[in-house]
Amino acid sequence: MATDPATTQIIMAIVPKLRAFAISLSGNVDRADDLVQETLMRAIANIDSFEPGTNMQAWLFTILRNRFRSEYRKRRREVEDVDGHYTDSLVSQPEQTSKLEYKELRAALDKLPSDQREALILVGASGFSYEEAAAICGCAVGTIKSRVNRARNRLATELDMKSAEDLGPDRNTRATLTANDRR
Amino acid sequence: MSNQAVAVAKPKSGGLDRQIQAKIGQQLRAMYDEVVDQGVPDRFTELLRKLDGAQSTPKTEEESR
Repeated sequence: MATDPATTQIIMAIVPKLRAFAISLSGNVDRADDLVQETLMRAIANIDSFEPGTNMQAWLFTILRNRFRSEYRKRRREVEDVDGHYTDSLVSQPEQTSKLEYKELRAALDKLPSDQREALILVGASGFSYEEAAAICGCAVGTIKSRVNRARNRLATELDMKSAEDLGPDRNTRATLTANDRR
Repeated sequence: MSNQAVAVAKPKSGGLDRQIQAKIGQQLRAMYDEVVDQGVPDRFTELLRKLDGAQSTPKTEEESR
């Protein structure tokens, strides 16, 4: 049951990433910080089950992810009849990720099924490999790959209309290019 | 000629898709990194110190002997 100072230092260094993960998952800073707190308490209490030499970050992310999922299921049941109020409270938090530039992304993320959202965040933002993400989510590597792909496609569909105009050649140019390709 | 060069750089139908994908990836990381850059809030520094203190009490006794 001993957390030596070195281990505490390692955990401390991971806290910012844990927060980023929790906020990306939940879209709510207060809730995310509660999740991080629970994760840290659990981690310290169970530090003996951490195998030295393995990836501490992946271990902490696994704890947080499992916490979030069980809580998510619980809250979802509680929230179903309040219809939208919960979602509103997510968006109205002032100091959270929804700076104007992220607002659309946040909204699109919230529309993803939770298994796709977590896979995309782990691989696309946290920088875990497919293998590590699969270990964190307790599923096969192929499953993670397909979740990430589906998440990306769905986000692209959600954001497409808004992003198309500030991305590269406009529609006419593209039409010309396609026409040229056909020749 | 120049059209061809552009067409090679942004090939066929996948071109726009890739650009959107790249933009999504970029935004996702930017949103994420913004939180990472906030560092460790005091709340967690204190929590870890407290938890650490609670856990290492036996060890400190050992050491002080």
